[in-house]
Amino acid sequence: MSLINRIKPKFWDYRDMASVPYRATCQFRRLWYGVILLTSAVALFPLIFLAVIDYKATQHDIESEILLRTSRLVSNTRRTISYFLEERKSALDFVVHDNSFEKCANPDRLDGILSNLKNAFGGFKDIGLIGPLGLQRFYVGPYNLKGKDYSDQEWYQQVVERGEYISDVFLGFRHVPHLIIAIKYTSESGSYCVLRATLNTEQFNDILSHLEMAGQGDAFVINHQGILQTPSRFHGKVFQKISLPIPEYAHRTRVFEWETADGVPLIIGYRYISDTPFILMVTKQKTELMKPWYNTRKELIGFLIISVMFILLVIFGGTTYLVNRIYMADQRLIMTLHNVEYSNKMASIGRLAAGVAHEINNPLAVINEKAGLIKDLLTIKKEYEKNDALAGSIEVIISSVERCGRVTKRLLGFARHMDVSIQSIRLDEMVQEVLEFLHKEAEYRAIAISLHFSDEIPRIETDAGKLQQILLNIINNAFAAMEKGGRLDITAEMAGQEMVSITISDDGCGIAEANLKQVFEPFFSTKTVEGGTGLGLSITYGLVRELGGSIDVKSKVNKGTDFTIVLPLTIGEKEKMDT
Amino acid sequence: MRVLLVDDEKELVSTLAERLAIRSIDSDWVTDGEDALKLVETHCYDVAVLDIRLPGISGLDLQKKMKLKCPDLKFIFMTGHGSLGDFQAGATEAGTDYYLVKPVGIDELIEKMNNLMSA
Repeated sequence: MSLINRIKPKFWDYRDMASVPYRATCQFRRLWYGVILLTSAVALFPLIFLAVIDYKATQHDIESEILLRTSRLVSNTRRTISYFLEERKSALDFVVHDNSFEKCANPDRLDGILSNLKNAFGGFKDIGLIGPLGLQRFYVGPYNLKGKDYSDQEWYQQVVERGEYISDVFLGFRHVPHLIIAIKYTSESGSYCVLRATLNTEQFNDILSHLEMAGQGDAFVINHQGILQTPSRFHGKVFQKISLPIPEYAHRTRVFEWETADGVPLIIGYRYISDTPFILMVTKQKTELMKPWYNTRKELIGFLIISVMFILLVIFGGTTYLVNRIYMADQRLIMTLHNVEYSNKMASIGRLAAGVAHEINNPLAVINEKAGLIKDLLTIKKEYEKNDALAGSIEVIISSVERCGRVTKRLLGFARHMDVSIQSIRLDEMVQEVLEFLHKEAEYRAIAISLHFSDEIPRIETDAGKLQQILLNIINNAFAAMEKGGRLDITAEMAGQEMVSITISDDGCGIAEANLKQVFEPFFSTKTVEGGTGLGLSITYGLVRELGGSIDVKSKVNKGTDFTIVLPLTIGEKEKMDT
Repeated sequence: MRVLLVDDEKELVSTLAERLAIRSIDSDWVTDGEDALKLVETHCYDVAVLDIRLPGISGLDLQKKMKLKCPDLKFIFMTGHGSLGDFQAGATEAGTDYYLVKPVGIDELIEKMNNLMSA
C-alpha cells in the first residue's frame, strides 16, 4: 500500500474541484490513461501483428517442408524396394524363359541356377518347379519338398491367374521370415509351369534399416492387413499388427499427420507398392522434427516479450513524466493566478479601507472639535459647572470619537502597509497591529493572547505588508484551530546575528502527522467541505520565501501547533527586486 | 503665538480657532489655499496647520509657496488620509511627529505647536 503511494505520481488523485464543482474528474489520470493506451496500441499492434504473421508463416513453411521431405523419402524408398523385388522377379523370369521346363527338370541344372542366383543376388533359399497340376515336380533347397501339392493354395491359383506372385512375409515351417516369388511360364504349346523361389527377408530389411532418418524416424513395410513385414523400431515386431491405422489405398505417395494414443504427434508417409501385398510406411515424430524451430521460436518469443516490456516501460515512464510535468505546470499556473488574485484582493481591501477611513476621519474631526468646544464652554461658563450629566455626555462623545479615530487609524495603518515597499518596522508593533484586528474575536471566544518579545530585537527592515499578511494568516489559522478559552502565545527572539524568529503557538486541535508535510502545498486542505481553498498556508509560505525567510511547523493532534517563522533583519537585494 | 489654520472643512477650522482662542492662542482660519497665501502676505504667523488635501492645491505645494513668502513659518500637517505617499511626503517635510491623522485632540495639537516654537 505504502509502495503504491510512493510510486503513485502526484497527479493521480488530483481532482479539479474549482472548475466543475461536484463533478470533479481526475483529468490528468484520464489523460495519462489515454496517452498510455494510444501509444501502446500504436507501438505494440504492428509489432505483435507482424510477429504473429511471421510465426504462422514460418510454422507453415517448416511443416510443409517436413511433409515434403517425408514424402520424398517414402518415394525413394519405395523405388528401392520395388526395384529390389522387380530385380528378383526379373531374374526368375529370365531363368524360366532361358531354361525350358525340360532343362529345369534336371536337378543338377536347378541346383546350378539356385547357386547362381544366390551368388548374384543373395537371399535365395530354395527354388522349385511346379507342374500344371500344382504338384512340385522339382525342388532344390534345404528341405525335401519335392512332390508337395500346391494346387489348392491361394498363391498358386493367383500365380496361374496373374502370371506372377509375391507373397506376404511368413515364417512357414522354417521359422525364419521369408517370402515367396512365383512366376508362371507358359510354353508355346500352351502348357505351363510355375517357378517358385523363397527369399529370406534380411536384405529386404537391410534396405529399410539403413535409411537415414531424422526425428526418431521409422521405416517399415506392412501388408494390406496391417501386419508388420519388416521389423519396426517403434511400432512392433515382425508379424505383429501395427498400432497405426492402415492407410487408405492411393496410387501415389501420401503423407498425413496422426496422433498416437500417448498423444505423440506423428508424420506418416506411405506408399502402396504395386503388384505386391506391401505398403511402405515411414513415421517420424513431429516434435523431434520441429525441435530446431521450437528453439528458434522460443528465442523469438523471448525477444518479443522483452521488446514489449521495454516499449511499455518507456511508454509508462515517458507518459508519467510528461503528464506530471503538465500537472506541475498547471499547478504553478493556478498558484500564480491565485497569488495574483490574492494580492489584488488585499490591495483592493487596502484602498477601500483607506478611502473609508479618510471619509470618516473628516466628519469625525468635526465632531471632535465641536464636542471639544462644548466642553470648553462648559468649563468656562460657571452656570453649567454643576451639570454633571451634560459634562459626562460630552466626555463620552469625545472618548467615542477617540475610539473611532483609533479604528480608522488602524485601518489606515493596515492600508499603508499594503502598498508594496520595504519599511523599517518594530516587530512587536506589527504584531500588535495585526492583533488589533482580531482582538474582538479573541474577546468573544475568551482566547488568551500573550506576547513574549525579547528586548534585543532591533527594528527590522522588511516588506511590512507581506509580513502583516503572514502574521494575519497564521494567527487566523490558530484562531480557527482553537476552541473557546484557548491560549495563543507569540514569541519572538533572535535566531543568530542576522535572523529573528517568531513562534506562534496555539493549543488547538493540531495537525495529523500525515498531513504535516503537506500543509504548505497548494490546494491541500482538510476543510474543503467548509469552503477552504487550501491556499492560505501555501500563500503564506510563498510570502515568507519572498521575504527571504523560512517557515516551519510542529504539531501534535489535540495538543496544538507551533508555526515558526525565521526572517532576516534586513531584506536581501534579491528579495528587494522581487517585491 | 499666531496660528493659521487651513482646512476645507469650515466647521472644523472655525471651531478649532474658537477653542484655541479659549486657550489664549490667536488664530486665523481659511478654507482654501489662495486665501491662505493672501493672509500670509499681510500677516505674520508662527505656525501653520495644513490639511494635505485642499481644493485646488495640495497641502504640500501650499507649504512650499508659503515658505517662500514667510521663511520662518513652521508647519503641522493634519489629514484624514493615510496613504503611504502622503505620509512619506508629509513626514519628510514636517517630521514624523508633525504629521497628524484626524481626529486630533486639542491638547495634543497645542503640545506639538509648543514643541515647534521652542525647537
